[in-house]
Amino acid sequence: MRPDVTARLASLPPDERALLRPLVETSRGFYVTAALLAVIGLWGILAYYFQLRDGLGRTGLNRPEYWGIYIICFVFFIGISHAGTLISAILRVSHAEWRRSITRSAELITVLVIGFGAIQPIVDLGRPDRLLNVLFHAQLRSPLLWDVMSIGLYFTSCTIYLYVPMLPDLAIIRDSGIKAPRLYRFLAAGYRDTPSQRAVLERVIGVLAIVVIPIAVSVHTIIGWIFAMTLRPMWHSTIFGPYFVIGAIYSGIAAILIAMVILRRAYRLEHYFRDVHFDYLGRLLLVLSLLWFYFTFAEHLTVFYGAEPAEMRTFWAKVTGPFAVPFWLMVVGCFVVPFVLMARRATRTPRGTLIAGIAVVVGMWLERYNIVVPTSVNPIWELESFGHYLPTWIELSIMAGALSGFILLYMIATKFVPIVSIWEIKEAREAVREVADRVATYSGAPDVSAAAGHVP
Amino acid sequence: MTRWGMVIDLDRCTGCAACEVACKSENNIPTVSPEQAEMGRGMSWMRVIAEVRGEFPATTAQFYPRPCMHCDNPPCIRVCPVQATYINDEGLVGQIYARCIGCRYCGNACPYTVKYFNWYGPEWPDSERRYLNPDVSVRPRGVMEKCTFCHHRLQKARENARAEEREVLEEDYQPACAEICPTGAITFGDLDNRNHRVAALKDDPRAMRLLEDLGTQPKVYYLTSRR
Repeated sequence: MRPDVTARLASLPPDERALLRPLVETSRGFYVTAALLAVIGLWGILAYYFQLRDGLGRTGLNRPEYWGIYIICFVFFIGISHAGTLISAILRVSHAEWRRSITRSAELITVLVIGFGAIQPIVDLGRPDRLLNVLFHAQLRSPLLWDVMSIGLYFTSCTIYLYVPMLPDLAIIRDSGIKAPRLYRFLAAGYRDTPSQRAVLERVIGVLAIVVIPIAVSVHTIIGWIFAMTLRPMWHSTIFGPYFVIGAIYSGIAAILIAMVILRRAYRLEHYFRDVHFDYLGRLLLVLSLLWFYFTFAEHLTVFYGAEPAEMRTFWAKVTGPFAVPFWLMVVGCFVVPFVLMARRATRTPRGTLIAGIAVVVGMWLERYNIVVPTSVNPIWELESFGHYLPTWIELSIMAGALSGFILLYMIATKFVPIVSIWEIKEAREAVREVADRVATYSGAPDVSAAAGHVP
Repeated sequence: MTRWGMVIDLDRCTGCAACEVACKSENNIPTVSPEQAEMGRGMSWMRVIAEVRGEFPATTAQFYPRPCMHCDNPPCIRVCPVQATYINDEGLVGQIYARCIGCRYCGNACPYTVKYFNWYGPEWPDSERRYLNPDVSVRPRGVMEKCTFCHHRLQKARENARAEEREVLEEDYQPACAEICPTGAITFGDLDNRNHRVAALKDDPRAMRLLEDLGTQPKVYYLTSRR
């Protein structure tokens, strides 16, 4: 670090000093990890080059197994992207004060992972060169087209929802002069944190937080509908819209927890990501594990009880047949592990939530596998033979490359923006009194609110 | 209104698969290596599927030649994001190879699994290459394809009929599978035209359609005395 930067950093107030340090100080471990991720990312690009050159024949896909790893990853990555925006928006709208230090890291996941999700169906196309046909020859009855529109809207709104609350922090970096002055002068867009600017900012954030919620819900609903609108056994289900939304939020919270544990360790953010955050997010994870179990149970019981032959072939293939291993691993990852760990306060710790988070993320990938593959290989007409699917190294490399690319981008982003919102943390300190007043108004003790100077 | 359709008499079908071969050579369907076929990438727009009932030695077999059903309510056309698969006003379900983006959604939506994807570019052994049909376009890599009821034959039949100033007759337009069938099990024509045999055959008491309760309204009927 240059001495003038050190001096400037040292002259800043404590919150700024702690949270801006990662922007100017980079450890050796960071470079090693980034290089490793970059190599895996490039490997994925190389694999895609082979696929482009030779055709989708390089994958393990076939008839009737038309969709595989790419579509699984599409649903998976877009699911992870529900982390940020939805959680941060819901917590903001409900005035959950403990949200303040976690919103930024969550929103950043949303914006950075969504692109890696959105490219998956394009990687899956037989003719990516004709992609623009979805605009030139748009066929509005196709759920895939609804998806193009909802993901486009979601990406735009999430990017705005990430950027606007970042403005005061960008202005802080600009004024501190510790890094790339011209870049931050541009990014801060003339924000000076005057009372009137702050008032407008808070109003805009308030509106955005409400607007992004229905958009986020629509995105994963429509992804569920892509499957549900076909007549295929165990896809053609009305529960898929909400089931996918719940699954997306679930894997999203798990991803936030993993990111928080790593960030806390790497950037020494113990002061900001406290035990209470892991405890509260752990409770949220617990609620969602129960919701996930409820939906999964309801879906499978309905299929089993109705006992239609085509549905039952898929059902047994999952429960006891060739997909029994991924199916029961999914149940362990999505329900048993997170439920057992998150139900006890003693394990709602950073370490406990990390284990639960990893189990949920892996479990939710398997959930999408168990939705896409068993149905795909099982045609409705019983005389068509049961198919099979074994992904090739091309598909697995592209998956690994996309995951590494996302993590790398996230790491790089932590070098350009403070991963904990500085101004919101400061505001929280000022908000303590306001919260006390608010609580007093619900608690029905008029003398307290009168003492705080409020006239009802 | 013309509604092209097919009636296949399963009581006459011997399972010889001549229809498969005729279709393959008529429609320039590429040849797939045995390894690729093993992976489930074989292509045959018309496919004879055998249903074997009972345990050996008390077994019986029934053969179902399965072309595209050309549904009146096709699930494939609704899901296509670029309208590359469509139904025309004579009930033929077509595929626009030059527009298809290869997402394979139509393949997933089709309950009869009649859609085939070009995983690689098309290939033929040299001995076959010379006999490609110039009336049928060769499909490039990365697009979906399926049975068209040999609609290129309809275009020819219509031109001839127009030149002779008359209507298209049943014998003017027959797909390759119907033409080749040695037992005459496949009948093809206009389901709504009393002068075509299929119009009466589809109302035969032995007639049924595949997965009829899905509401896709296939225009391929099967006649069978054993159900």
